Amino acid sequence: MIANLVQLAAEEEQNPLVPPGPELLVGTIAFAIVFFFFWKKLLPNINKVLEERRAAIEGGIEEAETMKVEAQSVLEQYKAQLAEARHEAARLRQEAQEQGATLIAEMRAEGQRQREEIVAAGHAQIEADRKAASSALRQDVGKLATDLAGKLVGESLEDHARQSRVIDRFLDELEEKAEAGR
Amino acid sequence: MSDGCGFPAPGLHSFLFKPIATVGGYEFNKVMLLAIITTILVIGFFYAAFGKAKVVPGKLQMVGEAGYDFVRRGIVYETLGKKEGEKYVPLMVSLFFFIWIMNIWSVIPLAQFPVSSVIAYPAVLAAVVYVTWVSLTFKRHGFVGFFKNITGYDKSLGPVLPLVMIIEFFSNLLVRPFTHAVRLFANMFAGHLMLVMFTVASWYLLNSWMIPAAGISFVMTMAMIVFELFVQAVQAYVFVLLACTYIQGALAEHH
Repeated sequence: MIANLVQLAAEEEQNPLVPPGPELLVGTIAFAIVFFFFWKKLLPNINKVLEERRAAIEGGIEEAETMKVEAQSVLEQYKAQLAEARHEAARLRQEAQEQGATLIAEMRAEGQRQREEIVAAGHAQIEADRKAASSALRQDVGKLATDLAGKLVGESLEDHARQSRVIDRFLDELEEKAEAGR
Repeated sequence: MSDGCGFPAPGLHSFLFKPIATVGGYEFNKVMLLAIITTILVIGFFYAAFGKAKVVPGKLQMVGEAGYDFVRRGIVYETLGKKEGEKYVPLMVSLFFFIWIMNIWSVIPLAQFPVSSVIAYPAVLAAVVYVTWVSLTFKRHGFVGFFKNITGYDKSLGPVLPLVMIIEFFSNLLVRPFTHAVRLFANMFAGHLMLVMFTVASWYLLNSWMIPAAGISFVMTMAMIVFELFVQAVQAYVFVLLACTYIQGALAEHH
């Protein structure tokens, strides 16, 4: 076999740099198939997928970005609402306090007024009673005195007394004296 | 030495194969078979990975994407930029994985032969790259612009300009595709020679008092396999990187 090979080698051109024709053809075909398959089918295939993946990743990032922004704005909104609510509550409390205070003041004023009214009414009643009592007393005293004097004098002085108002005058004097003596 | 123990020193005959079959008068050999399996493997893997690509990738798709991204971002975008480079991504990705798998056959049991150590395969790939960047240069700069770009035309060079133009013309237009192909070919060729050398030696040294030497040779085989794995990836990378650099040169405005 070795002898065969050597013989074969001797028969052929011994220059390894001269390419044999059939091998050139096989090499060309072998590489051409690889190249066209890569060019037409496999690389477009994978490039499409790589592009899709890139888009998916970018899309995901973009989505996350928008969601983050949205969440931020919602948070801000909530914070603003919360602050507003707190402010409102404080305002309401303040208002209620003020209203309460004015209410209390009003009630107090009203009470005061009513008390004063009652007291005034009492005073007027007392005065009226006193006046009525004093006038009734005066009449009675006058009548009693006249009766007494009539009994003593023996004659009725009634009409005369009524006309002359002697008794009234006398009683006024008495009153004045009493007041002066007080 | 080879007379006594029958040790077949590896040489050019290590790169020649008896045909497996004859197709229409043409011989079909092991290297061609490996080249075709390479195509099937590369397409099979990437079809499994990207055929039904999902936005949330499975394990296989993740590995495929890592490889794809390595070439796309690590090589093409780095040299050509995203805008100009996008058009060349399919070419570079297929070049890289095709070359890499062709190289890896070097250490796969039963195959144990780097397809790219036969000049025809690197030559085809270098030719593809060559046609790509030469036609691109024409398209970008027109006929005169093409020659200005190719020859590195620069008035400030003064009297040495003609010399520079001649050197640049040869270096760019004639030598470049050759070195591009041979760089890959020679690396794989030499790597395969070394591997064969140590592998065969560890077997033939298994004689009573030579056994320690066989052990050393076997360790060297292991070390070479690891080293070759590294070189295979690096050469695939370098080939694609150079292809990108050539295209970058074609796109560049002449100064």
